[in-house]
Amino acid sequence: MTKTYIISALVEHKPGVLYKISNMFWRRGFNIESVAIGTAEQEDLARITITIEGDEKDAEQFVGHLEKLIDVLKATRLDPKKAVIRELALVKLKAKDAKMRSDIFHYVDVFRGRIVDVSPETATVEIVGSKDKIDAFISLTKSFGLVEVARTGETALIRGPESVRLDE
Amino acid sequence: MSGAKALVKALEREKVETIFGLPGGAIIPVYDALLDSNIRHVLVRHEQSAAHMADGYARASGKTGVCMATSGPGATNLVTGLVTGQLDSSPMVAITGQVSTPQIGLDAFQEADIISIASPATKYNHQPRSVEEIPPTVREAFFIASLGRPGPALIDLPKDVQVDTAEVEFSDKIRIRGIKPIPTPDNTQIGRVAEMLSEAEKPFILAGGGVIVANASHQLQNLAELLLAPVATSLMGKGVFPENHPLSMGMIGMHGSKEANQIIYDADVLLAIGCRFSDRTTGKLDEFCPAAKVIQIDIDSTEIGKNKCIDAAIVSDAAPALNMLNKALVKKLKHKKKTSWSKKIKEIKEISENKIENSGKELTPPKILRELRRLIPDKSIVTTEVGQNQMWASLYFKALRPRTFITSGGFGCMGYGFPAAIGAKAARPDLPVFDIAGDGSFIMTENSLATSVLEKIPVTVVILNNRMLGMVAQWQRLFFNRRYSAVQLGNVPDFVKLAESYGAQGIRVGSILEFSKAIKTSLKEEVTTVIDVPIDPEENVLPMVPVGYSLKEVIG
Ligand SMILES: Cc1ncc(C[n+]2csc(CCOP(=O)(O)OP(=O)(O)O)c2C)c(N)n1
Ligand SMILES: [Mg+2]
Repeated sequence: MTKTYIISALVEHKPGVLYKISNMFWRRGFNIESVAIGTAEQEDLARITITIEGDEKDAEQFVGHLEKLIDVLKATRLDPKKAVIRELALVKLKAKDAKMRSDIFHYVDVFRGRIVDVSPETATVEIVGSKDKIDAFISLTKSFGLVEVARTGETALIRGPESVRLDE
Repeated sequence: MSGAKALVKALEREKVETIFGLPGGAIIPVYDALLDSNIRHVLVRHEQSAAHMADGYARASGKTGVCMATSGPGATNLVTGLVTGQLDSSPMVAITGQVSTPQIGLDAFQEADIISIASPATKYNHQPRSVEEIPPTVREAFFIASLGRPGPALIDLPKDVQVDTAEVEFSDKIRIRGIKPIPTPDNTQIGRVAEMLSEAEKPFILAGGGVIVANASHQLQNLAELLLAPVATSLMGKGVFPENHPLSMGMIGMHGSKEANQIIYDADVLLAIGCRFSDRTTGKLDEFCPAAKVIQIDIDSTEIGKNKCIDAAIVSDAAPALNMLNKALVKKLKHKKKTSWSKKIKEIKEISENKIENSGKELTPPKILRELRRLIPDKSIVTTEVGQNQMWASLYFKALRPRTFITSGGFGCMGYGFPAAIGAKAARPDLPVFDIAGDGSFIMTENSLATSVLEKIPVTVVILNNRMLGMVAQWQRLFFNRRYSAVQLGNVPDFVKLAESYGAQGIRVGSILEFSKAIKTSLKEEVTTVIDVPIDPEENVLPMVPVGYSLKEVIG
């Protein structure tokens, strides 16, 4: 059965590493939904969160192939029930008149987003949440006129004291 | 100390004895430093051959093979050889020159981003940007190339870093944090597998190249004898189990023996060791041994269940896993009696061995290869090219010891066999080395004759000369209505004259008797020899399982 898997990996934070990792995705034909990467708790480490579509075997293979890369220090599959998962999206919508603006404000309120930029013609909204929540926001506000969307891809951490760290 | 000197010293510390390579502008400083070292440099005529030689050296000896090239085209010429080594898990280190660091990224003369190009083909690759970085880079490249499942590593050394000087330290420390521990056999899994094997009525062992890499052929033989289990190998596993052993079933797969391909279906428990269930080995996967319980032992966890669904697994190097299994089984199977399964195996083997060839032709590949086996010592090393020659060799040439049958299995790389033979001979000068070749493949790296002759690394090439890209022609005969497209090579070159022009010995034979004489000469004289054996261009390699069919659906 195909579903979405979230994999968290701790990798060397140095040039070329992202290339090598994405190379592996491509070579092995994995179905990648999103990749989010940034500096981790240590400056010389990056944490990379990858969501892939596939079945159980794909997820296992994916973690295995990631771990075979020497620039990857650790790779783990996260259980969505035991992880905090967030994505940030910036959504620029057409907002030409007062009615449109107030409708947009209404949705932003419901989704607990923020207006981060306004112009005479547009409003840019920041939404944080699960991928599904962002999908829902976009599909509801599309009718206003979607100008641009930028999404970070999901990033995640295990809930509670458990962790994916170098020293453990 | 200069970067070039530091590199050479680091290679000496790794006990490198031989480097196969060809210089160019971006690596001259290293070549200069090599003059002051005891490391032997073997000059090739094409860098692809340098990589294949390093690979053949590694497979024959188990030691890491080293090849070297200049930047740009020199480096890219190595790539085919690196991928060949990667797919067959061969430990190699490639060293390439690179343009000077200020020029990197500017499309400088002979610049190639070899790190990116070779990235998918290497376990480790690094471009040291300072002299101090060279020794640890070398240490890590060698460490990783041979670690766990072996494979190629690449060191790309910019020219200015070769020339710069600095105080350098040599240490055995590995800086890399991402090295994962080598998996060791899990006791409960060993127990479970031992149980499954001891209860099996019709156990069958399928051994792959991983058992050779693990140097575990002895343990494999113990296990087979304990279980009275027949052993077949994949192409890569050939030699790991003596093919003249009463339990040997030879090779299974697309060009496996009919008997092995049939009998494996009767097994109730299939134990696969160091074998990745490649499509050429299993035929149509869904129909491969559907009734058997399948156990897999592999050091690479991503190979477990990658292709074939399995019932039990041990993630480990084959040697400790087999040691533990044997220990666990000795007690359980002390009084194992021959069963109807043993009888069946014996019968089937007799049928296959007593099959007489009824071809009236004088020089057929089976006859030639059986004769070769008869004449050369058991410990001789044989390499192959790719195509019909390779499949004939695997079917009819019995390999008796590990590391004596060397072939490009995963990549199927034409031109591999001859340079690999030279590499093997460089590693094992005490053993006779033969390349079983096709005419088409041999032409691809035939310029290695210069290396073989001038560097005095004598090997013998036996060309099964059908004047054809024979394997492609066979597919066109069988599956494309005999419509030959681009497979006729014509009767050029004259291989005898070609050999002679390089100062090698060239012999054309027209009968088995002449063939025997030529082989005996080559054994005695130890000079580079090319034996041209003209064969019928219409000859097929049979039996054959067409792509997409189960192993039971054999042609021929
Ligand atoms: C480098 C490379 N190019 C093309 C092929 C495809 N191919 C596989 S077998 C074969 C024919 C090989 O001819 P030859 O070496 O004469 O061997 P034969 O099959 O005639 O014994 C070809 C072209 C290959 N395996 N490798
Ligand atoms: Mg041919």
